[in-house]
Amino acid sequence: MTGEAHVKIGFIPLVDAAALLIATHKGFAKAEGLDVELIREVSWANVRDKLAIGRFDAAHLLAPMAVASTLGLGHVRVPLIAPINLAMNGNAIAVSTALHAELAAESEVAHPAQTARALAKLVARRRAEGREPLTFGMTFPFSMHNYQLRFWMAEGGIDPDEDLRLIVLPPPYMVENLARGQLDGFCVGAPWSSVAVDAGVGVILHFGCEIFARAPEKVLALRESVADDDPNLVAALLRALHKGAAFVDDPQNLDEVSQMLSRPEYVGVDAEIIRRVLTGHLRIKAREERADADYLIISKDGAMRPDPWQAEWIYAQMLRWGQTRYSSEMADRAKGVLRPDLFDAAIDRAHSQREIGAFAGPSLDGRNYADYLEGFAIGQRV
Amino acid sequence: MRASDIRELKIVIVDESPIRSLILQEGLREAGFTQVERIGEMHNLLKQIYAIDPDVILIDLENPSRDTLEQMFQVSRAVRRPIAMFVDQSDADSIQASVDAGVSAYIVDGLKKERIKSILDLCVSRFKAFSKLQDDLERAKSDLEERKTIERAKGILMKAKKLSEEDAYKLMRGAAMRENKKIIEIARSVITAAEMFK
Repeated sequence: MTGEAHVKIGFIPLVDAAALLIATHKGFAKAEGLDVELIREVSWANVRDKLAIGRFDAAHLLAPMAVASTLGLGHVRVPLIAPINLAMNGNAIAVSTALHAELAAESEVAHPAQTARALAKLVARRRAEGREPLTFGMTFPFSMHNYQLRFWMAEGGIDPDEDLRLIVLPPPYMVENLARGQLDGFCVGAPWSSVAVDAGVGVILHFGCEIFARAPEKVLALRESVADDDPNLVAALLRALHKGAAFVDDPQNLDEVSQMLSRPEYVGVDAEIIRRVLTGHLRIKAREERADADYLIISKDGAMRPDPWQAEWIYAQMLRWGQTRYSSEMADRAKGVLRPDLFDAAIDRAHSQREIGAFAGPSLDGRNYADYLEGFAIGQRV
Repeated sequence: MRASDIRELKIVIVDESPIRSLILQEGLREAGFTQVERIGEMHNLLKQIYAIDPDVILIDLENPSRDTLEQMFQVSRAVRRPIAMFVDQSDADSIQASVDAGVSAYIVDGLKKERIKSILDLCVSRFKAFSKLQDDLERAKSDLEERKTIERAKGILMKAKKLSEEDAYKLMRGAAMRENKKIIEIARSVITAAEMFK
């Protein structure tokens, strides 16, 4: 690279874009010779399209969306690569205060297995009474939110395609719809569940990490061709993001990071809410808090290093919910999206990764897709 | 496809801007499309769309509800007719042109793409026309503001230095030339200074 490279990066205003936003704002990108232009977007479809046609050089993207784009699911096939994870977890399942009361009348609401079974009872009762099915919101078909909701419900015996409605809604509209009674629950990224709790219309039932311990949530995605054409640029970007993430994760910087992210051009919500998200201390309803250090993981335990098995696991979720049919070629293509080789080349460090981990069901580790999917009562088979 | 003639296609415009959708609606009607409806309220968007049951959906890219439409690609109970995004895979220009113009098109799966190409082209040109109109308006507005500011500064000078209107203007123009600034900048300084002396 000669001189400063101008890099356009699209993002959606969410706390899990922290590493990217801070890397740019605090000058880590500049120190790597990058002149980053951040472009705030309103929809994932926009991010995908602008990345695809080259209006963006890189983007903060849902990890399953990078896989879907590479496989040509739901859209034209645009091969993407993800050389770094921007976040693990960070989502939460929230329900309306009314639904929460109904669930609590049914059973304890501590463990996801309990709440899923209670939800299944309510679903059956509604059907018997001839009432409208429950409606849950999520943010995109190819998202961890979708897979978390489905996985959780299916453990209770609910078929999410038959027994209730799952709809896509932009996160800012979720809270409003919950308040109006148009929505009974949702799974979204931070800070939106906290916004619902603060508004007094929702209760956080589960953190995403209670469903999957360590789920690949967001990546930085680039077109495959960009990575091939300019490996130095990719390496510089990865180093900048890595430094940005370290800054975010340093407890000393908590106030500064929360203030910065709360700016309208970044996430645009109250700094106090962002602070709670970053520390994993969430208010789950009035006068009740829950804390989990894994609520949102930015760089802890080598989380930024992408691993092909994360893509395999995402592909397995796509198979389970009928978003695609199995082919060994597609499976390989999916696996190739996550690129630890690029990460290792740029960031010289030893890294550990753990299994994704779910509250129920078999592990994909050491199993083929067919065996894994056989292990679930609900969902498609290979 | 139900419509035998392309003009019988049912088109829905999802756009919160009433003026832009009016411009587009008019264009489509002029081109002979008679069944054009607008959804301006995003509440219960899918329900509204199913009620109209369109062949073509047009949405502006500033609309966060675009992701809601993406759900219609999925095969599930919530979706009645599979929808595809309008992209001509052989022609990357079409998606580029529409993204740059700020509009996206979705069509009922199976609809012949070449047949609706004209709709997208029309959309792109009307969206461009709208943003030009907006730019022109903005420019006209700021021109007007500038003229008002200069008038005010002129008035201040005329009163303070007992100058004619022409001389007051010349004084500002002279200062602008000397300081290599725009006359509007000088006018703003005059107003600021006058306020300080109040």
